[in-house]
Amino acid sequence: MSKDWPLWEIFIRGQHGLNHRHVGSLHAPDAEMAMNHARDVYTRRKEGVSIWVVKSVDITASSPSEKGPLFDPAESKTYRHPTFYDIPDEVGHM
Amino acid sequence: MYGQELGATQRDGIEAGTEELEAAFQARIDNNERIEPKDWMPEHYRKTLIRMMGQHAHSEIVGQLPEGNWITRAPTLERKQILLAKVQDEAGHGLYLYSAAETLGVTRDDLTEQLLSGKMKYSSIFNYPTLNWADIGAVGWLVDGAAIMNQVPLQRTSYGPYSRAMIRICKEESFHQRQGFDIMRKMANGTPEQREMAQDALNRFWYPSLMMFGPSDKESVHSDQSMKWRIKINTNDELRQKFVDQTVPQAEFLGLSVPDDKLAWNEEKGGYDFSEPDWNEFFQVIKGNGPCNEERIEARRKAWDDGAWFRDALTAHAEKQAQRRGEGVLQAAE
Repeated sequence: MSKDWPLWEIFIRGQHGLNHRHVGSLHAPDAEMAMNHARDVYTRRKEGVSIWVVKSVDITASSPSEKGPLFDPAESKTYRHPTFYDIPDEVGHM
Repeated sequence: MYGQELGATQRDGIEAGTEELEAAFQARIDNNERIEPKDWMPEHYRKTLIRMMGQHAHSEIVGQLPEGNWITRAPTLERKQILLAKVQDEAGHGLYLYSAAETLGVTRDDLTEQLLSGKMKYSSIFNYPTLNWADIGAVGWLVDGAAIMNQVPLQRTSYGPYSRAMIRICKEESFHQRQGFDIMRKMANGTPEQREMAQDALNRFWYPSLMMFGPSDKESVHSDQSMKWRIKINTNDELRQKFVDQTVPQAEFLGLSVPDDKLAWNEEKGGYDFSEPDWNEFFQVIKGNGPCNEERIEARRKAWDDGAWFRDALTAHAEKQAQRRGEGVLQAAE
């Protein structure tokens, strides 16, 4: 009797010190096999030093329609950026 | 996930012979590699990092208090928005650092309790009061300036989660110093009274800012091993010197004078000679006897205690939602 395998999202740390980054997804019956598959599919050219696998259903994502309400309010808050402040050249780097 | 895995790796470590592991660990650090939560690490490295990162996180959180004091009294709506945004950033920075510390197997509540009980410290600077608006300028310019001096090298620290938190923080921090300098500039070029306030704020914050780098290298107890482990990159005195060299020309530009008779350019060393802060005062403040120690901890305790019902309510709400979803599924199955 066949059963659908769950979907896993794969995150790879490309180099020492960097964050894990999402690279794609795959199906696997459990975490260990998801790890094996991720290693085979996403690091054949030594793309990483570490792998995370997360069940896709465990990820809660914002919806595209929320983009405006979520992110637009930051647009008018230009004072959160260093370039908002005029620092004269003679003061040096700040 | 980290907690469990870390425990397992550490037990393996003891069996395999600690000396070899420590040598391999040091070799990785010397090779400029990052240590990640699942890697084996000496217990002392882990403990030292928890202390450092915890103190750092506490400083971000307690640091909100002297500035929050002026949000409702900012002179214009724009200044109010800016200060609010800055204090918001500090809360975020505290969060990044607590989360990074938690990868070492300590809980957030543990860290909070250790702050409230006085077992863990935060930066001595936040035990000084902000008496007027010019102090908000001085805090941004000097205190954030000193913090940046300290944090920039920590972006290259050996512990991965700490290093990544520092990279994010440094990116956000530059606006903090600039907005402070901007306030100082406005006041230094304002009425005679405003000028006087700016000078007075510089007078009061200069030495406490120099203390932020910690005791002189001759007396610093944690330095050697921490530098070997690259959880400290520069010595306290190196950073203090850099800070003075950067800040004195900025004060000159503002037309303000640094409150130090001995301040003089030393051509030979390519930096300023300057007076040391009063280390007696520093140790007193660290011990809990600064002007605002009690007030700060009391404010944190009050926030923690008064927020308890709210945290509980959120948990209860989440549990109820989960229960409803669970019930919904059950009903559908029936």
